[in-house]
Amino acid sequence: MKANWCRSKDFWSGAIFLGVGVAFAAYGRHYPMGTAMRMGPGYFPTLLGSLLALIGLILVIHTMLRPGPGVGRLAWGKLVLVTLSNVLFALMLRRLGLACALVLLVLVSAYASKRFRWPVALALAVGLAAGSSIIFVWLLGLPIPIRGTWLGG
Amino acid sequence: MEIFAGLATGFHSALTPFNLLYCLIGVFIGTLIGVLPGLGPAATVAMLMPASFVLPPVSALIMLAGIYYGAQYGGSTTSILVNLPGEASSIVTTLDGYQMSLKGRAGVALATSAIGSFFAGSVCTLIIALFAPPLAKVALKFGAPEYFSLMVLGLVASVVLARGSLLKAIGMIVLGLLFGIIGTDVNSGTQRYTLGFKELMDGIGFVTVAMGMFGVGEIILNLEREGVADRIVSKITSLMPTREDWKRMVAPIIRGTALGSFLGVLPGGGALLASFAAYSVEKKISKHGSEFGTGAIEGVAAPESANNAGAQASFIPMLTLGIPTSPVMALMIGAMIIQGVQPGPSVMTDQPALFWGVIVSMWIGNLFLLVLNLPMIGLWVRLCLVPYHLLYPAILVFCGIGVFSLSNSEFDVHLMALFGIMGYIFGKLECEPAPMLLAMILGPMMEEHLRRAMLLSRGDPTIFLTRPISLGILLVAAVALVAALLPAIRAKREEAFKEE
Repeated sequence: MKANWCRSKDFWSGAIFLGVGVAFAAYGRHYPMGTAMRMGPGYFPTLLGSLLALIGLILVIHTMLRPGPGVGRLAWGKLVLVTLSNVLFALMLRRLGLACALVLLVLVSAYASKRFRWPVALALAVGLAAGSSIIFVWLLGLPIPIRGTWLGG
Repeated sequence: MEIFAGLATGFHSALTPFNLLYCLIGVFIGTLIGVLPGLGPAATVAMLMPASFVLPPVSALIMLAGIYYGAQYGGSTTSILVNLPGEASSIVTTLDGYQMSLKGRAGVALATSAIGSFFAGSVCTLIIALFAPPLAKVALKFGAPEYFSLMVLGLVASVVLARGSLLKAIGMIVLGLLFGIIGTDVNSGTQRYTLGFKELMDGIGFVTVAMGMFGVGEIILNLEREGVADRIVSKITSLMPTREDWKRMVAPIIRGTALGSFLGVLPGGGALLASFAAYSVEKKISKHGSEFGTGAIEGVAAPESANNAGAQASFIPMLTLGIPTSPVMALMIGAMIIQGVQPGPSVMTDQPALFWGVIVSMWIGNLFLLVLNLPMIGLWVRLCLVPYHLLYPAILVFCGIGVFSLSNSEFDVHLMALFGIMGYIFGKLECEPAPMLLAMILGPMMEEHLRRAMLLSRGDPTIFLTRPISLGILLVAAVALVAALLPAIRAKREEAFKEE
């Protein structure tokens, strides 16, 4: 179907390459280019950025002429939950401490599964938090607080 | 003989109780993650990297290497018992291995796979010991232009052997090279593309990227395909192959080993391609070709030997040239750099205990695997039944703690989350992440060698074509790229990956 080129996998790959390539090449102008003999810090990235943009452009034009298979539905919910669980972990690690941050990480990420059930997830979260605190902090001595600053650690 | 002196050094360093212990730990963890579906060796090596920093370099590399080839062993167990490949390289084993277990011959299939893998591992250890030193000697004569060309060849090969569109794979490589540039420029001290983040001054850590793309991104992709049914495991009866089985497995094991060691040396080849190729070859030339797909023992013996041989042979370019041929090898090179060992041909002469110790440990590791796997099969079976919804939060926990402990910074965790999103999106777009990671690690080295070569030639780019070794390497790269573009070979390449 002609109307569907903007949904194809190749189109989006090309668009990403094009965008990133142009960004790198354009931003590379801030750095001295130098000459081919004495390359400055801007030489290699500008070259590569332009190459990536070109590859992206070819992909985009190619899909406009001959659309390939579509991307299909993205699992937005799962993507957001898993990413959120990582970000929350990073934000809460020093504030709540390792134990509570891990409970959050496990609960939020486990919610992304079709087979999520509260009792199982809670048990898993507590088990992993306790186990990791013992192994990583007590036994391996990683400098991570088990109890964070918000909890008076 | 030099090789025997080398092997003696190796045994001396690998047989210390401390190194034996880490070899055992490595292959044990390797088998474990091989058995657990949805957790690959790249993500595991990345996760354990921070823990390996406290070890001496030899022990750290022995352990990380053990994880890699141990995973090849473990992956086949789930393929045979539950029709679920634990690793990509044991996908083809499901075809005949699972059929064998349906016929009540699961034990024989497991034994065949273990024997084939052990044979391949032993032969490959010898091959590495034979070929690595001369290769390293040639490589010692390499200058900047040769190294640059060699890296071009490595990247080209990873494109040719990647699945899917060539153009997208090249795009991923260029993207990886650009990501590799982020950080402080070694020549001028300029901060490039750091956007004002002081955490990016040392560049983006490849461990962070590997955990993001192969760990987090992979989890989101797996969750999307998550099923609700539980798995059913076949019963294991007798482990011992019959006399007829022995007879039928010998030739496929030898052929698989030969093919695997050859393909493993090629960049981007490694275990995955080796197992596919060995299965197709065996199907064509075997007397029992028609039985393939219905539980032919050859269909287990050949790919299982090939993937183990391929996994080990990929250490040759890594140890002698310092060139990674797969994401795991790239991580190993990273581990060497962090341990203060400069990867490249000088490793063999400067660090003989490390070089030969790692090689010999592979043979010892293979022996461990043979002894460890068959008696412990009951444990592995129970482990491969761990449902994914309990497994992946644990993976996230290990990734989170591991990435944070790299430099005690929350920034790396956020970066990992970002690369997780990228891993998911590129997975949906069918852009392979492996060439990108490879390019990211090679990027800074490539730029450095390019700049040096151009300084040497006073800005004349023909230097890469006038030096004979460099020209030869580039010609091989050009032939590989052109060959991949030819329609006839393209169709074959696609077919080779479609055997699933």
